[in-house]
Amino acid sequence: MSVYLPRDSAAVSIGADEVAAAITAADPALSPLRTGARGLYALEPLVEVDHGDRRIGFGPVTAAAVPGLVEALRHPDTGHPLRIGDVDTLLADQGQNRFTCRRLGRVVPDDWDDFVAHGGTRGLRRALDMERQSIVDAVTASGLRGRGGAGFPTGRKWQTVLDADGPGKVIVCNADEGDSGTFADRMLMEGDPLALIEGMAIAGIAVGAVHGYIYLRCEYPAARASLLTALDIARHNGLLGADVLGAGHTFDIELRMGAGVYICGEETSLLESLEGHRGEVRFKPPLPAIRGFMGRPTVVNNVVTLATVPAILADGAEAYATLGHGKSRGTLTVQLCGNVRRPGLYEVPFGVSLADVIDELGGGTASGRAVRAVQAGGPLGAYLPASALDVPLDYEALAERGGMIGHGGIVVFDDTVDMAEQARFAMEFCAIESCGKCTPCRIGSVRAQEVIDRIVDGEARESNTALLRELCETMIQGSLCAHGGMAPHPVLSALNHFPDDFNRQAVGS
Amino acid sequence: MTTEESDGTLPSTIAAICRRHSGREGPLLAILHDVQDTFGHIPDEAVRHVAYTLNLTRAEVHGVVRFYTDFHAEPARAHRLKVCRAEACQAVGGRAVWAAAQALSAVPDGRVEIEPVYCLGNCPCGPSAQWDGRTLGRMTPERVHELVAAANGGMPS
Ligand SMILES: Cc1cc2nc3c(=O)[nH]c(=O)nc-3n(C[C@H](O)[C@H](O)[C@H](O)COP(=O)(O)O)c2cc1C
Ligand code: SF4
Repeated sequence: MSVYLPRDSAAVSIGADEVAAAITAADPALSPLRTGARGLYALEPLVEVDHGDRRIGFGPVTAAAVPGLVEALRHPDTGHPLRIGDVDTLLADQGQNRFTCRRLGRVVPDDWDDFVAHGGTRGLRRALDMERQSIVDAVTASGLRGRGGAGFPTGRKWQTVLDADGPGKVIVCNADEGDSGTFADRMLMEGDPLALIEGMAIAGIAVGAVHGYIYLRCEYPAARASLLTALDIARHNGLLGADVLGAGHTFDIELRMGAGVYICGEETSLLESLEGHRGEVRFKPPLPAIRGFMGRPTVVNNVVTLATVPAILADGAEAYATLGHGKSRGTLTVQLCGNVRRPGLYEVPFGVSLADVIDELGGGTASGRAVRAVQAGGPLGAYLPASALDVPLDYEALAERGGMIGHGGIVVFDDTVDMAEQARFAMEFCAIESCGKCTPCRIGSVRAQEVIDRIVDGEARESNTALLRELCETMIQGSLCAHGGMAPHPVLSALNHFPDDFNRQAVGS
Repeated sequence: MTTEESDGTLPSTIAAICRRHSGREGPLLAILHDVQDTFGHIPDEAVRHVAYTLNLTRAEVHGVVRFYTDFHAEPARAHRLKVCRAEACQAVGGRAVWAAAQALSAVPDGRVEIEPVYCLGNCPCGPSAQWDGRTLGRMTPERVHELVAAANGGMPS
């Protein structure tokens, strides 16, 4: 019988280490194995215990509650106020389909044998029996699209790199996860890092690259430690190295740290940074797939994208492609947070409605007040009013409403939010994180803040509102990358859906 | 850092760091991280030696140090508190936590660097902050006061 408790940094941020210590102190035989988190953060710290082939969960547990919990951990079929039953059944009942996150929260991340026992290396072994083109074809047939933000078909990107000439092709994992409201990359890197490493190895073998980089943001020290350990384990067990799983391919990965700059998540800025330069965005074309790291053909993919690939190879492209909605195939690792009762990671097939995610999975607002606005797709995503939430999660359907899937983050605000403040913040963030290469983004975002201030202060409201719209248009049209090009979206949506918030006198009266 | 490869002086320490990364392509950020981990910041003299070793201009290396928020050209206070200002934390009271932290950053001779950060990936447990690299969840203005006051030697803030 084993006891499990996440080492996930968010669980640790609310006391998981203290709970682990309390359990060990109460009975060393129950000392928990540390795993990733399931994503059910309202129940963290969430203690699980084996019971037959099920895992019975208890949460949220505090260190103070541990003495009263020990008996229940020894006899998990007996009642206890914190007992939530079989955790996998709970996830399934929520409508989750844990495809990418199949091992997350179950597997012990630093244990190679546990990884293999939970299906690790199956995808890579399948790939090693295939022709390069067939691997790329499988990824294309799965319908997988990039989860870093743009939703570009992954198979098509790999095909470009496979077809490109030139030695020294490179696989780059974008682990910069800068969007507010997103944490799936972090959870996977902390809780199932070998899935990412396996995915990168498959990508390398598919396109003919022998070298990979993970570019990790420095705000994630726990993910760094987890990846460094996993890279050692992977090398030790032949998942990386001169002869991957004995099949004659070479592939290895180097971990590189970012240094606190949001724009370095944009793929060309990331490549500049990896090369040791300021992270200024490059002109496209050439695409990174043609001329990326050091001018060589480069696959740049997000963590979730790459970590999904082994499962696609293991189960077959069809298994993934049958899930989903429209042109959005497979599952989305929804990251639900902000003002919700049950924030967390929910992996659901595309097509579930945004309203259901917030109400059913999230349980509505944490404050108990009405939902007023939802920002989907990160800081560059539009604010959707409560009336627009009846929309399926689907790249195209959300875009029609002016929203976006992005990296899958959903941030909920209740009716105390001041949307003029949110609009101003969007421009402030744009200005702070601008790489400085183009004027509309660098200067426009500063001007827009001043103009919003004047509107809110009631200064020539009409002409200043027209000026703000004009500035937004200039940024949309004239910015080199989506940072400046999309920052107007939250601003314009706030202005369009919540005009009263920009009129302080009206609010005050 | 004094290792067998270095006699402890700045130039030999920098040389040892650069040697450690010599097989790598585009190693400048990795080198600067090591320099900062060793000295607590990236002193001017280090910039000169790194530039010399990598055959870059000092302006280039300075430009890189300045571009990245987490590289510091000046010595820092003993502790660093980063407070998330981004949307997911705003939605659960993060603005008040940041306001409390910002007010404390004005304390003269304080021992804590207070910085904004735009997401720590800790959103489901926000408002979030990071104290010397350790992520803290469900922060309140009161906890910010306690942390900072304790670091400043119990000085009331
Ligand atoms: C301003 C900006 C920030 C971005 N930040 C990230 C990021 O943090 N992580 C990420 O994977 N992609 C980010 N992207 C998207 C990348 O440019 C790129 O599309 C992605 O890494 C490709 O991988 P994918 O196809 O697997 O999504 C960002 C894009 C922009 C414009
Ligand atoms: S839009 Fe902004 S971030 Fe993007 S290239 Fe231009 S200045 Fe840089």
